[in-house]
Amino acid sequence: MRVGVITFPGTLDDRDAARAVVAGGAEAVSLWHGDADLKSVDAVVLPGGFSYGDYLRCGAISRFAPVMQSVIEVANKGMPVLGICNGFQVLCESHLLPGALTRNSDLHFLCRDQEIEVINNQTAWTNSFKQGEKIVIPLKNGEGSFQCDDQTLLVLEGEGRVVARYVGENPNGSRNLIAGITNAKGNVVGLCRTQNMPSMS
Amino acid sequence: MAKIVVDVMLKPEILDPQGNAVASALPRLGFTFAKSVRQGKRFEIEIDGEPTAAQLAEVEKAAEILLSNPVIENFVVRVEK
Repeated sequence: MRVGVITFPGTLDDRDAARAVVAGGAEAVSLWHGDADLKSVDAVVLPGGFSYGDYLRCGAISRFAPVMQSVIEVANKGMPVLGICNGFQVLCESHLLPGALTRNSDLHFLCRDQEIEVINNQTAWTNSFKQGEKIVIPLKNGEGSFQCDDQTLLVLEGEGRVVARYVGENPNGSRNLIAGITNAKGNVVGLCRTQNMPSMS
Repeated sequence: MAKIVVDVMLKPEILDPQGNAVASALPRLGFTFAKSVRQGKRFEIEIDGEPTAAQLAEVEKAAEILLSNPVIENFVVRVEK
């Protein structure tokens, strides 16, 4: 399996993500923001970092990168797409996922170990976890507070589209302790942060 | 030459930690007038000549697609002389 890892200007964790892809038993393929060619990959990871310096809003400029036009097209057709950290922000700005990630409620940039609970293990990216499994991830962002309107929140909760929740105290003001969500099909997933992806379907 | 201004504000129901931080800093400096503070963004766009209705419609479109995120923000477009 070939898994593409996108590098935007300002992406930091592309090599981390590529290493995780290899650890998961797949081939990591580097994708470039300015190139719309997805190089026949079977899945795409949008890694963390500060694409375009987080200018305007995190992920707002990346959304219009040539590679994202291709990603949006294949994601809508069902290709597995994972956004981590800044990648999650890009997926929200691209409207592949609902809601938005805003400034942490206490304004602090967080960089620490954080326990999260896997709520939905049916997505393309979380199906090797047990439901309710608690894992520790390195939380690393300044704008990780997941916000959406009440109606969207009801839909996400009602359709089981919350993928992961923070355990313990709310680290950043995210609604309902949300640490990750998925789209209706379950192929697009955004996570606050993850270290290793044990498997990809 | 005219200036088109786009003001972008977080929707009232969206938490604004930056505005809250400013609101709590004001009394520390002796300013006690603020009941609350919301922080937003202002874009100033210069164009040649007077803006046409079509140009303003374009700016509205750009504000909706790029300058603001309609999930969390509202915007207002106006012309400043």
